[in-house]
Amino acid sequence: MTAQNPPALGTSPATRRNLLWTLVRFREAGISVFILILVVAITLRSPSFLTVDNFEDILLNISILTIVALAQAMVIITRGIDLSVSSMIGLVAMMVAFVVKEHPEMPVLFAVPLGMALGAVLGTFNGLIITFGKVPPIIATLGTLSIYRGLVFFYSQGTWINSFELPRSFKLLSKGTPLGLPNMVIIAIVVAVVVYYFLNYTRTGRDIFAVGSNPDAAQFAGIRKQRITFLVYLISGLLTGLAAVLWASRFESAQTNTGLGFELQTVAAAVIGGVSTSGGAGTVPGVLLGALLLGIIQNALPLVHISPFWQLAIQGVLILVAVVTDNLIVRRAQRTRK
Amino acid sequence: MTQTPETQSASLIKEFAPRRSFLADFQRWEWLLVLLIVVVIVANTRLSPHFLDARNISRTSSDFMELGLMMLPMAFIIITTASVDLSVASNLGMCASFMGWLFMHGVNIWVAALAALALGTLAGFLNGNLVARLKLSPLVVTLGTYAFYRGVAYVLLGDQAARGYPKAFTYIGQGRIPGTLIPFSVALFVVLAIIFGLILHRTIFGRYTFSIGNNENATLYSGVPVARVKIILFTVSGFMAALAGLVLAARFGSTRPDIGTGLELAVITAAVLGGVDINGGRGTIVGTVLSLLLIGLMRFGMGLLNIQGQVQGIVIGLLLILSILLPNIAQQISSARGVRINWRSALISLGILAVFVLFFLFFFWSRAPVIAGG
Amino acid sequence: MNEHLLELRGISKSFSGVEVLHEVSFTLHPGEVHALLGENGAGKSTLVKIITGVHQPDKGEILLGGEPVHFSDARDSRQAGIAAIYQELSLFPDLDVAENIFAGRQPVTLGGRVDWRKLYAEAGKLLDSLGVKLDLKQKARTLSIAQQQMVEIARAFSINAQILIMDEPTSSLTLHEVDDLFRLVRRLRAEGTAIIFISHRLEELLALADRVTVLRDGSYVATHPMKEVTRFGLIRMMVGRTITDLFPKQDVTPGEVVLKVENLTRAGSFYKVSFELRRGEILGLAGLVGAGRTNVARAIFGVELPTAGRIQVEGREVRITSPQQAIELGLAYVPEDRQLHGLIPAMHITSNISLPMLAHYARMGWLRDTRERKSAYEAACQMDVRANSIWQLARELSGGNQQKVVLAKWLSTQPRILILDEPTRGIDVGTKAALHALMSKLAAEGIAILMISSELPEILGMSDRVIVMREGRVTGAFSRAEATQEKIISAATQDVATIGITL
Repeated sequence: MTAQNPPALGTSPATRRNLLWTLVRFREAGISVFILILVVAITLRSPSFLTVDNFEDILLNISILTIVALAQAMVIITRGIDLSVSSMIGLVAMMVAFVVKEHPEMPVLFAVPLGMALGAVLGTFNGLIITFGKVPPIIATLGTLSIYRGLVFFYSQGTWINSFELPRSFKLLSKGTPLGLPNMVIIAIVVAVVVYYFLNYTRTGRDIFAVGSNPDAAQFAGIRKQRITFLVYLISGLLTGLAAVLWASRFESAQTNTGLGFELQTVAAAVIGGVSTSGGAGTVPGVLLGALLLGIIQNALPLVHISPFWQLAIQGVLILVAVVTDNLIVRRAQRTRK
Repeated sequence: MTQTPETQSASLIKEFAPRRSFLADFQRWEWLLVLLIVVVIVANTRLSPHFLDARNISRTSSDFMELGLMMLPMAFIIITTASVDLSVASNLGMCASFMGWLFMHGVNIWVAALAALALGTLAGFLNGNLVARLKLSPLVVTLGTYAFYRGVAYVLLGDQAARGYPKAFTYIGQGRIPGTLIPFSVALFVVLAIIFGLILHRTIFGRYTFSIGNNENATLYSGVPVARVKIILFTVSGFMAALAGLVLAARFGSTRPDIGTGLELAVITAAVLGGVDINGGRGTIVGTVLSLLLIGLMRFGMGLLNIQGQVQGIVIGLLLILSILLPNIAQQISSARGVRINWRSALISLGILAVFVLFFLFFFWSRAPVIAGG
Repeated sequence: MNEHLLELRGISKSFSGVEVLHEVSFTLHPGEVHALLGENGAGKSTLVKIITGVHQPDKGEILLGGEPVHFSDARDSRQAGIAAIYQELSLFPDLDVAENIFAGRQPVTLGGRVDWRKLYAEAGKLLDSLGVKLDLKQKARTLSIAQQQMVEIARAFSINAQILIMDEPTSSLTLHEVDDLFRLVRRLRAEGTAIIFISHRLEELLALADRVTVLRDGSYVATHPMKEVTRFGLIRMMVGRTITDLFPKQDVTPGEVVLKVENLTRAGSFYKVSFELRRGEILGLAGLVGAGRTNVARAIFGVELPTAGRIQVEGREVRITSPQQAIELGLAYVPEDRQLHGLIPAMHITSNISLPMLAHYARMGWLRDTRERKSAYEAACQMDVRANSIWQLARELSGGNQQKVVLAKWLSTQPRILILDEPTRGIDVGTKAALHALMSKLAAEGIAILMISSELPEILGMSDRVIVMREGRVTGAFSRAEATQEKIISAATQDVATIGITL
């Protein structure tokens, strides 16, 4: 506001707002454009990329990532982080696989609620330490990352569960196609829709954004910060439990190192998809695009004859690019406010 | 110094603090660590006869030196930024792999080692600039470089391993100081720990570290080059990660791209357990060294009892959480006024407890076949 | 008994050992506008947060309609019909305007689904009734401060509370907007709502309020019907003394120009600021909070970089890009917010004082304790810091002593130009007088002082010359002889009717 002509309230010039609007929306638009360019470039090098089969393969590959990345996004929106998801996957996958193996008579669908319940317990533990113990999320989940992984070894005594030990129906749980698409892809889509509805159409969902956007103001507004924080870690455990069951079913095994390092991919998908690590901002479509981008890169590297060893390095660069651009956008937006 | 007692007493403020013994300066947390160390030693000597064997200890001690080398700058980073450098273990992997890659391409091992040190320093410098100049959160920046640096290691070596390092080089990780049982890497760590300790507690740079961690703004207003201090810290952290990479590669006698994966967790655990406040502004090098000793003794003891490394992670992870949780809870209890017993919250607590009990019942029940078949 | 809608009895509250409220009592009737008055740091905002349940009192009780109540968070008080606008803006930067108004209590359908259509419709209606035009879907991050304030007001009105608390709601509104707000407040009062109104603009309170309660240094002073008090009576109650005998500025013949600022601009906060500062002179910089005075000081000190303009220090043109450089040029800056920018509360007095000069107490980076201790001790004695020893932690000191430590820190750098930003805010009367005497002595020793203050008597009593800023621009410059309260106020505000922070 300048002294000579203080703009009257509400008269934000249309041009300026449109610019800001595009900047705010920039993330989904930008990442979409990037994906398009990538797809064109890869197809030029390797025409087999742009086929229905390959695309289905990509969807299959990113289903699990999408589910966990959505959970991770909710946690990051509250200014937290859940690094323990990979170990939760390992532990829940192992426990569920054992039960399925030992009790083949059990209806296989029962594995899903079982996995989600086990995940929810682990998420509850994270949530309790963070909200009531006031341990910073990064430290708490680093700790449980190692605790849960340790429990996997303790549980299995180092043994693995292999494909032949699992009933066929369990393996089909993720890959069967009674509805045209693989079940797993449909489950991921359902989760995305539910999370979208939850975040945008329920008070609790909106409270998640409020707490992340300004924790003190949330308290002034009567929002129970502790409860919301606890809830996101609980949900994170719940969805990760679901992902763990799908993981065991898809890869037809449970090993002591199942899911190792996966936490990074979930954070990457969320951050690349525009979830702000300073809290308060993030969208479901953004996270989906982030996961899709990672899936495409993973799928395309062998097709264009780049060593798959590049994948991790590319992920790292993408995360850095995402946070740096975010930072620049926020700074720009704050400058234009004046 | 020539001021007489009279002029001092005339003033309303005293120049000297009341005298305290050296032992009183030792903070409560460090005493707790000493106590725990004693407990661990006593318990372990009772459990296994080989625990106090000097050769055994000498051999095991070098297993923790990479950890220790990275822990020293990590303490500085946590004190200053109230955040962590997640990329240290990946940086270690990148540097060790770079050295191995150069060595496989016929470069002299010492030249390769120097190049690796330079690369690690550069990587730390990059972290520092992203944090201090662009004002990004250290956690996010180093999460990105955590993936990137490890990725570079894979790109360099792929699924190969670099091996065949000359004896003169492997001495760094395997050798002992001549005539003693002290491993070279332990000696290196001790010297560096003393240097880092003196820097933190006795120099301007150390003072800046604490004052930025306590109040970054006020420190900036007092003319301290805050950004430069942070860049230096992350750069040093990068250098030490590279050094740790050399020690680890020398100890293994070979380098694979996944070398040191997951060590960052152990490094952070050691620093935080050593009393470095994760909210910044507080911590001592003595504390971190004691905590390294504690962790080492515990792992050594558990190893003698044939407990797998991964299962040991349960204990270490619990220690990390408890080291922050217990002081917090103690504070909450002491500051709680007029606690009203609330039936609802009591019921909820009981419910949560029941859930955990159920979980573990299920855990052991479903695990029974493993034991039987095992 | 029914007369008291809300009653506070003997409320006390401390934060980390410092008592902010001491045995404060307060009553509120239905259908009245009750002004809460006091200097900065008198405890008004804390009292508001205790009423709304954000903080809990250490002692005392709250009665609502005659019944004792206990609010454990803001939700409880809202359910009891209490709404508040807090002094610090408390919007959610990532949420849009409409949702900010209804955050935490969005209208929902029977199925529990957030009813966005209704939310936007109601938000639109509310803003219309306030006479505000805002894009409902604009993110709060992109609003101007005045716009944010209007959103806060809309939020408070949307609750339909029986008690409405407004802590400085008008600080960045224009006169026209304030009129609209007052019309609404009067309407609510007529409908029986009780309103607690906090403002620094005395004329506003005289025009609007029915009763007034005055706080001073965390204690209750008095409650009066507004009709029975005068402006000067109120000021006396707030300050607790007559305000003429405090300012002992000695006359010094100003020397050569040591600091010359020309057309200094930082887009968004201040524009074309020019002034000269001479040796031995105290230049008062007056204006309302938010006029850009602190930003100018920060720009000169190298914390915020100016986008245009020139700075000359002792005749040499300089570009100051860091506090470090400013200190080397002989500048010192005692910031407005002691806790945030001045002190390191968790460190002891010695470390606080020695921080800018550490390099001088060290050889090759190695600290030499004796020299550091000696210098800190001397500086602390010179400033007459009251503490057990110089090894006491800064956070354990009183506000006045903390300010002395900050001053000791800066005087130990032997500055030639001293910028003081609200040097006596929230400080007890005795220390205040001591600080004024010190400023006068420093000026006499040849230090050039730029003093930012929102207290007019301080400006008038201490300054050799006064410049006034409004909305980022210099709007007046007066010599000591010319300067009067009226002239400064009219330069600081657009209209003589609004009285600035004259206290």
